[in-house]
Amino acid sequence: MKALVWHGKEDIRYDTVSDPAIEDSRDAIIKVTSCAICGSDLHLFHNLVPAMLPGDIMGHETMGEVVEVGSAAKGTLKKGDRVVIPFTIQCGECDQCMRGNFSVCERTNRKKDLGDKAFGHATAGLFGYTHLTGGYPGGQAEYLRVPFADTTHVKVPDGIDDEKLLFLSDILPTGWQAAVQADIQPTDTVAIWGCGPVGQMTIRSAILLGAEQVIAIDHLPERLSMAAAAGAITINFDEENVVERLNELTGGKGPHKCIDAVGTESHVSFGQPDTVLDRAKQMLMMENDRPHVLREMIYVCRPAGVISIIGVYLGLVDKIPMGQAMNKGLTFRMAQAHVPRWTGDLLRRIEDGQIDPSFVITHKASLADGPEMYRTFRDKADGCVKVMLRP
Amino acid sequence: MTLTNLTSIARSEGDPSIEHKGPSSLTGPDRLARALGWFSIGLGVAELIAPGRIARALGLEDKKGLIRAYGARELASAIPTLSIDKPVGLAARIGGDLLDLGTLATALHRDNPKRGNAAIATALVAGITLLDLVAYAGVKAAHRRLPGDDRDYSDRSGFPRGAQPSRGLARQDFDIPTDYRAEGTVADALPTLAT
Repeated sequence: MKALVWHGKEDIRYDTVSDPAIEDSRDAIIKVTSCAICGSDLHLFHNLVPAMLPGDIMGHETMGEVVEVGSAAKGTLKKGDRVVIPFTIQCGECDQCMRGNFSVCERTNRKKDLGDKAFGHATAGLFGYTHLTGGYPGGQAEYLRVPFADTTHVKVPDGIDDEKLLFLSDILPTGWQAAVQADIQPTDTVAIWGCGPVGQMTIRSAILLGAEQVIAIDHLPERLSMAAAAGAITINFDEENVVERLNELTGGKGPHKCIDAVGTESHVSFGQPDTVLDRAKQMLMMENDRPHVLREMIYVCRPAGVISIIGVYLGLVDKIPMGQAMNKGLTFRMAQAHVPRWTGDLLRRIEDGQIDPSFVITHKASLADGPEMYRTFRDKADGCVKVMLRP
Repeated sequence: MTLTNLTSIARSEGDPSIEHKGPSSLTGPDRLARALGWFSIGLGVAELIAPGRIARALGLEDKKGLIRAYGARELASAIPTLSIDKPVGLAARIGGDLLDLGTLATALHRDNPKRGNAAIATALVAGITLLDLVAYAGVKAAHRRLPGDDRDYSDRSGFPRGAQPSRGLARQDFDIPTDYRAEGTVADALPTLAT
């Protein structure tokens, strides 16, 4: 089959690989009908996440049709089922899964020792996301083996386009969780840093959850226009001082809820000098992440407010103003999304016409164009916000 | 055995393995920049560990310390050249090339018995400078945003019912789960004090 394969920094190739095979009775194989490139794939593209190996297949936003089912998965899946595959692999039985904390499932990381060493305690297995999370082949391919397939799938009905359903795999529930874990209330002002695909879904989630005022921060005109389309007030950090503008919009008190949909790769510019220093440290392997957004959120957030982190961080961050955070009594919430916890509800909202996630797709291409699309997405060229690929 | 085959030991039997490699996301200028970055490392290490030999070969015996400093400079420019911020590294390399050419110019006088070596080195550095310029222009062109890339997506609300009617729609049938509640009111927490 064909697949997009990681060979090294900025080196994704459209390779011919052997077909995946069932290994365990809970496995299933799906024929991929659509997949997408995620913003967090760019961290792998940039080789910022440790434990990627040449030959790893990329991709964790995938949907398709079941073509083979292991014996133990036959109770819930059958050939021909149309499924979206959550990026988190979950057993559905461990303590964490039973609590709905699917992204920290205790059983599905097949490289638990490595995960334990890196994180203290291993997190769930993830598709196409380094050997720290199991080293599972990803879904930017023609076929995908789904481990723990009896629980790791979302069945979706026929009659709705892939475009509307694909993002149940990641960015829609991820954006939703970012808003939910901020505990958005109708009187809240919510500031969201980053108007990439996850930021866009977070903005829509905050609107659906009824936040009084949603403020979106970015510097790319096309992303800001997409944020404004949903009813967000926008701040272009190239043109305005974020802290001053947020204080102006909140009567000098700061937003109640601040959401980080940027994560490790904050935009580097001399207008934000800390980002230049972070980038230099990152190159010298003295720091893993560029946490400019985190610093700014802590500074500007209203005392007793909530910081919700959904943008991916990788490791060690420097100069985090914990004194500000502690003395202001901020609450921090963060996680990789517990995808299946939200997918049932979100699928219903898609069917009900409350939200149509396909608005975010700006580029559709074949899987063969994947390597070029990685470049386009990373360079933010051609107005690219989200790439959908079809094998 | 290729690296991608070697890494198969980290995978299970049912995982796909590479049979044939296809086209890459790396552009020609990216590859050239990478090669120049590794060249910087090689030259930098040589200048750091054997500045005396290089100085003698060029007839620049009094510039041993300077050559060692140039070695450190090469390594410093290699880091961004090999990173995703290649233009920064390549610009640093071009600046370094000019310094190298200036230093070599001082060895091209008639009294230098190693003038021939210095002339060859000057020609090599000039060639490398040309490659640096080509790589710099190439990566800038390959990864730039064009003026027309600023699109207007103001018609993409994602709300089939419209943005304003969608505000608060989920509140009708969704409560924030208790494990995600972050704050309550004083009235909730301390009803007696609130009254």
